[in-house]
Amino acid sequence: MLKGISVEKLLAWFGQKQVLNGISMTIKANIVTAIIGPSGCGKSTLIRCLNRLHETVPGARQSGRVLLDGQDISQMDPVLVRRTIGMVFQKPNPFPSMSIYDNVAAGLRLNGVRKRHRLDEYVEKSLRMGALWEEVADRLDKPGISLSGGQQQRLCIARAIAIEPQVLLMDEPCSALDPVSTGKIEELIQELKKALTIVIVTHNMQQAARVSDYTGFLLMGELIEFDETRKLFTNPRDKRTEDYITGRFG
Amino acid sequence: MTFDRYLRRKAINLLVSTLAFLCAAITIVPLLMILGHLLSQGAKAVNLDFFTQLPKPVGEVGGGMANAIVGTLILIGLACLVGLPIGIIGGIYLAEFGNNRTGWLVRFMSDVLNGTPSIVIGIFAYTVVVLPMRRFSALAGAFALGIIMIPTVIRATEELIKLVPISVREAGLALGIPLWKVILRIVVPSAKAGIVTGVLLALARIAGETAPLLFTAFGNRFWHQGLGQPIASLPVQIFTYAISPFEDWHRQAWAGALVLIAMILILNILTRIVTRGQYRPMK
Repeated sequence: MLKGISVEKLLAWFGQKQVLNGISMTIKANIVTAIIGPSGCGKSTLIRCLNRLHETVPGARQSGRVLLDGQDISQMDPVLVRRTIGMVFQKPNPFPSMSIYDNVAAGLRLNGVRKRHRLDEYVEKSLRMGALWEEVADRLDKPGISLSGGQQQRLCIARAIAIEPQVLLMDEPCSALDPVSTGKIEELIQELKKALTIVIVTHNMQQAARVSDYTGFLLMGELIEFDETRKLFTNPRDKRTEDYITGRFG
Repeated sequence: MTFDRYLRRKAINLLVSTLAFLCAAITIVPLLMILGHLLSQGAKAVNLDFFTQLPKPVGEVGGGMANAIVGTLILIGLACLVGLPIGIIGGIYLAEFGNNRTGWLVRFMSDVLNGTPSIVIGIFAYTVVVLPMRRFSALAGAFALGIIMIPTVIRATEELIKLVPISVREAGLALGIPLWKVILRIVVPSAKAGIVTGVLLALARIAGETAPLLFTAFGNRFWHQGLGQPIASLPVQIFTYAISPFEDWHRQAWAGALVLIAMILILNILTRIVTRGQYRPMK
């Protein structure tokens, strides 16, 4: 069982531009942690450092440490890091050449699971967990991109949890969705947190307040405040946090 | 805005739309004329014999180009063995890892190769294959055609793979799939329909190449004699017959041209059918 992720003095750059300015935080296991902050403050970069996706961008660098259960992820095989720490992106990105079934099975299949009945089992389980099974059970062989935006995002969530990660990173998972789909995904987060540690980036403060247990406020690459969501939203310690959550800027 | 000016704008709009339509129409006129002429001239000489018989000796009427049809198919098939692996794998390299000096150099060279007259590539094949083997051969012809294919395939593959959004790649990586599997199993299949189109273009081009075959595959009046021997091909046969003084050969040359065009068309349609139902990359 996962104990948690600690981030120690994390700095990150794109070329010459520094986007993270020394972030230290401890993400506890089996709860939902939200990262809020205005556009361009480094929220996405922060969670992309957690599964080593940041370093795949040409010109991107980072320093500091990210510890998964005490183990430095920069010393681990990135492939293993990403199997433990799954990710859902801002825009739904199903694999365009694959059916609904193949999308969910992709992570397993390309990691060596061959047996059809096991794949069937995992696909159904993941789609059920992704609250999508009822809607697609009779058309699993249709292209993933034929679904609506909200369904595609739930497909991407099902795809991410099919490989049974311990952590799920969500990078503004609802920003491209309508309110109904957003509601469904937020419900889903409440279900998923029973089995998973979730880190969600959002620029929607109400969403952070609704779904998360802990919230971090990020501004210009610095973690201004990190506390229980209830405390942070009702009684922020820092003036800048208060200004942001009361809508005075951002 | 006055009503006058509104009318003027409408008139200009009509004028420009008409011009645009005319330009578009002009581009298809030559093709239609060529096809029409080919049909009217070639259809007369196309009969069952044309597809089943060998060429008759000079002076005898009749016969066909069966050996040249088979020869062209063999040459195209062999050329694919050379051109497709190098072109497709090279294209994948350029798209995924080509953002450096090597990539720039390969891209530049490939464009230069694309602009190289095919007869020059024929001379090259003559030097490196025909001379050492001391005879014209199907292998030499296929070698030349394969080289001609490479630049088209390499650039089409590269461009189409680059169209696959970065988010698709990241989704694959985020699932803990190794990069090489992400590329081969997720990115390349996403670009498949486009890559196939690029390959088709290359095939259509080499199917009609004549110059590089003249002194590599050479030509042959008999059935295929083995890959180390000269082999007949439709374009060379058409060329030989067209410049001959015999009326009957002229007719056969027209028929050959018609069959060549039809083969390319059928190839096109077949591939469309095969790749139908496969999804296009997201733009």
